[in-house]
Amino acid sequence: MKARVYVTLKPSVFDPQGRVVADALVTLGYPDVKDVRQGKFFEVELADDDPATAKARVTEMADKLLANPVIESYRVEVLQ
Amino acid sequence: MKFAVVVFPGSNSDYDAFYAASRVVGEQAELVWHKDTDLKGADVVILPGGFAHGDYLRTGAIARFSPIMAAVKAFADRGGPVLGICNGFQVLLEAGLLPGAMVRNDRVKFVSKIVPVRVDQTDTPFTVACSSKQVLQLPIAHGEGNYYAPPDQLEQLEANRQVIFRYTNPAGEVGSEWNPNGSLNSIAGICNRQRNVVGLMPHPERASELALGSADGRVVLASAVRSVMDGVRLHA
Repeated sequence: MKARVYVTLKPSVFDPQGRVVADALVTLGYPDVKDVRQGKFFEVELADDDPATAKARVTEMADKLLANPVIESYRVEVLQ
Repeated sequence: MKFAVVVFPGSNSDYDAFYAASRVVGEQAELVWHKDTDLKGADVVILPGGFAHGDYLRTGAIARFSPIMAAVKAFADRGGPVLGICNGFQVLLEAGLLPGAMVRNDRVKFVSKIVPVRVDQTDTPFTVACSSKQVLQLPIAHGEGNYYAPPDQLEQLEANRQVIFRYTNPAGEVGSEWNPNGSLNSIAGICNRQRNVVGLMPHPERASELALGSADGRVVLASAVRSVMDGVRLHA
């Protein structure tokens, strides 16, 4: 079973990289770009086959390691 | 007295710290590999700068799993003086030995230059030989030194006088034009509540002799020596 984890900086934390990417997109001819938030994406493969267990375990992993809860938030998705 | 300098795979200021401790302030020093599990009887522990474990995932994030970190944590919990320099500071944040986190520099550039750094508190093992509000010329070399803590935690840090070093102008005045990375409240270094664990982004060990452009950093390790020799026990 696979799970996906999306990690991004919390909205209250300034994202310098995202800002630079947004500016680059505007320069490239996309003036409608208002903001970009850059993040990380993880695909975790698990031996578990119960979606609820998988979600709980991967959430714990995100909390303990994949994200730094001081500055980042995350979303966990279990693939059926 | 004895310094232990922890060597992670990817550390690059380990020998600088070793040299400053052994040759400049003239004490015993030992390099300790990250897979070791004891600190060889050291009185002071330094986590040096560099890119521990390639800074994979986040700066300092993997280093906290190095076997030596259990010994570092136990040493810190007993009140032993621990100094994290640059990447070593990032490791202390990820390991939970210091509060807060680092984000990419606000101008998204790796900044490498000598900057003025003001010593705000002298009651830590690494600043006890400084004068209050002394301005040191210290090199910085980092891409992620933009210190962040949530507003309530930041307020706590200030209230508890845990901000030890700040970026300022040469006269010791804080201003955004003197803040090289966007760090909140111009923070360059902090300590824990017990004041024995200190982390800073600037590199005092790389400014320990005039031939290096500044000898101002020497006072940081000299403080550690004085603090251990005096057997000073400092509390907030």
